[in-house]
Amino acid sequence: MQLTLNSYRPFITKFQSLIALFILCLGISLMSDKFMTVANFWNVLRQISVNVCISTGMTLVVLTAGIDLSVGSVLALSGAITAGLLRNGIQLPSSNLYIGFTLLGATLAGLLTGSGLGWFNGWAITRFKLPPFVATLAMLTIARGLTMLWTEGFPITGLGDSFTFLGTGWFLGIPLPVWLSGIIVAIAVLVTNKTRLGRYIYAIGGSESAARLSGVNINKIKIAVYTIAGALAAVGGLLVTSRLDSAQPNAGTSYELDSIAAVVIGGTSLSGGRGSILGTVQGAIIIGVLNNGLVLLNVSPFWQQVVKGFVILLAVIIDKSNSKAD
Amino acid sequence: MLVAENITKRFSGVTALDTVCLEFLAGNVTAVIGENGAGKSTLMKILSGVYDDYEGQIRFKGEPVRFNSIRDAQACGIAIIHQELNLIPYLSITENIFLGREITTRWGTLDKKAMRQTSQKLLDKLKLDISPDTLVAELKVGQQQVVEIAKALLVESEVIIMDEPTSAISESEVAVLFDIITDLRRENKAIVYISHKLDELFTIADRYVVLRDGKSIESGSMQGIDHDTLIRKMVGRDITSIRRQANGRVHDTLLSVKNLCLKHPIRVQDNQLKNLSFTVGRGEIVGIFGLMGAGRTELLETLFGLHPKRSSGTVSLDGQYVQFRSPIHSITSGMALVPEDRKKDGLVLGMDVQTNISLTALENIEQTGFLSQKKETTLAKKYIADLRIKTPSEKQTARNLSGGNQQKIVLSKWLATNPKLLMLDEPTRGIDVNAKNEIYKLILQLADAGMGIIVVSSELPEILAISDRILVLCEGNLTAEMAVQDASEDSILKAAIPKTS
Repeated sequence: MQLTLNSYRPFITKFQSLIALFILCLGISLMSDKFMTVANFWNVLRQISVNVCISTGMTLVVLTAGIDLSVGSVLALSGAITAGLLRNGIQLPSSNLYIGFTLLGATLAGLLTGSGLGWFNGWAITRFKLPPFVATLAMLTIARGLTMLWTEGFPITGLGDSFTFLGTGWFLGIPLPVWLSGIIVAIAVLVTNKTRLGRYIYAIGGSESAARLSGVNINKIKIAVYTIAGALAAVGGLLVTSRLDSAQPNAGTSYELDSIAAVVIGGTSLSGGRGSILGTVQGAIIIGVLNNGLVLLNVSPFWQQVVKGFVILLAVIIDKSNSKAD
Repeated sequence: MLVAENITKRFSGVTALDTVCLEFLAGNVTAVIGENGAGKSTLMKILSGVYDDYEGQIRFKGEPVRFNSIRDAQACGIAIIHQELNLIPYLSITENIFLGREITTRWGTLDKKAMRQTSQKLLDKLKLDISPDTLVAELKVGQQQVVEIAKALLVESEVIIMDEPTSAISESEVAVLFDIITDLRRENKAIVYISHKLDELFTIADRYVVLRDGKSIESGSMQGIDHDTLIRKMVGRDITSIRRQANGRVHDTLLSVKNLCLKHPIRVQDNQLKNLSFTVGRGEIVGIFGLMGAGRTELLETLFGLHPKRSSGTVSLDGQYVQFRSPIHSITSGMALVPEDRKKDGLVLGMDVQTNISLTALENIEQTGFLSQKKETTLAKKYIADLRIKTPSEKQTARNLSGGNQQKIVLSKWLATNPKLLMLDEPTRGIDVNAKNEIYKLILQLADAGMGIIVVSSELPEILAISDRILVLCEGNLTAEMAVQDASEDSILKAAIPKTS
């Protein structure tokens, strides 16, 4: 008996997330007939796509043995900037100046905001040798505060159909957010597996000193990685804002936790150097399906959090025992 | 005292130990010898309870035992002192000795007085004249080793396993260690002693056990055994050691260093390197010798651009000035550094052989912006074949290879950058005799092909075997420079030892 289990072990290890997902889906659909419907399928994927965007950036950061706690706040500020510029433009009453923003202009401004904050994270971490935990924790507060200042604490709504199309529209029978996150994932997979940047990211996480002595420009790569994470958080911000037709000042609160959970469930090691984008995508799907299933089963939101916590624990425990067996 | 019978241990299909039988006697120092990868560490880990999934039988004082944890083994009286010391730097000697075995008062609080007294007694016995309240971080490596031994004595260990205890300590510290071992032997303890330094074994060991490829080959008394016999038993055949034939050839200058200084990181007015000037010729091997703290490693690091803010002086390579700005600049100008700490600085242990080799030369395997898997594998296979790296495939994780093969990977990744100057820091530390000789041969070949080479080593025979010219450092000064034919161990050491004023 033990022999059979052992011989299947590599298979189980390789596809453990998918197997867990399959069992999860099977379980939920047995208990609720609303789960296995086409409408719900797209609904779940649409919800997941925000976390997938953020977590893709988070994976790159974690692979370098870093962490980015600021993604939720960066998401909120980027979304609010885009929404504010789109709705109100920039008005300077003192000089009677008004600058209006096109959809493209406002969107780019949001993305630039995210990238800029991410760059700042990377700069602070490399320039002052701050632990990423501390630097991005500071940014979490800073960006949230800036969001409050920019929105004056009120949601910015009424952004127009062409903007909300991004979050709610369909293309070739698939929701636009799913397209967008899919493309981002595809690029990230390519970057991690097939480019120098990707290789350097893994090398830095595996042994920063060995990478430095091999001529890898550590600071440059780290700054790049945090900038990408900020930019992808901004993409998430655009999606959220557009879907709700509203930029909420408290949008994205605790999204960093869901994102880190996706990364960890996906098998990426928090000490860096080991993991993959596709693993994270599976992690994000598992969390998304779990959220959706718990809602459909009418589980109270309080219990939902407890269950999610235990799932994260379980995933890490399984991952640990696997890497021990290697 | 301790007997192992038919011990077999497999790691996911690979047999690390194959029906190993041996015994360790009380009142004896038994040397366990074998090349890297022969299975010494695995065996010690089984004896000390780190691994519990093995086949075979261990008997301790005649009773069959099976340890499930290090604590188990300790409780029985078997202690292991690892090559990497397991002390906590910011705790005192006493706190380290009693870690996990603290004496408490009847109120449940720590009985610091009793613990301090006991550790003072242990330190006295081991002749370590230092207060037990000293933080371990302030001790020298040799002294830390003594603390480890004190830990072992506290639990009344009867078998003490020492894994490469002298790999990081000075000769005077070795003498102290040997005195302690002699005392322990007199107290009828069984000492298991693992070392690559064969000369030590003749001084300290009573018996030897040879492991080769996971099998126990032979054991016997050290009486009447000589150096070469021992090596033959380890390797299974004769090794012809090579010597550099310095034939007075003239080398044109490749590297020229003038007035190189390196400021001390904390005491800014002090210099760790003091006005060093020297040259390395094309095709020349320059050996650099110095005692601990002489500035050997710092010299290589400075040349490689690792201390840009603290260094001054001029360096030119192949007629071009090199700025100490970062390793990136040094690499582009044609330098390569094989660092001292292979596992930390030389390799990314978690990555496979192929990715480690290509790490320095990714631009060469790029095709329209993407890495070519095919080119990468070709590159890796070329070096695996050229340097005879023993690995099941280019996809094997670097961590799983032996020290010698890991070092060959580090060499490969630098050869992939076609360096003009290759700097090696302790290139054969912790590497077995066979792999050592292969690496020497490779260094000679590279020099013959015109590469300039600097070898830093703390082993005199190594320096004498491969250098054309020898530089000696002492406290940051260049104290001697000699051609190898004029050099002797005496003359080198004389220049290396600081003059007490």
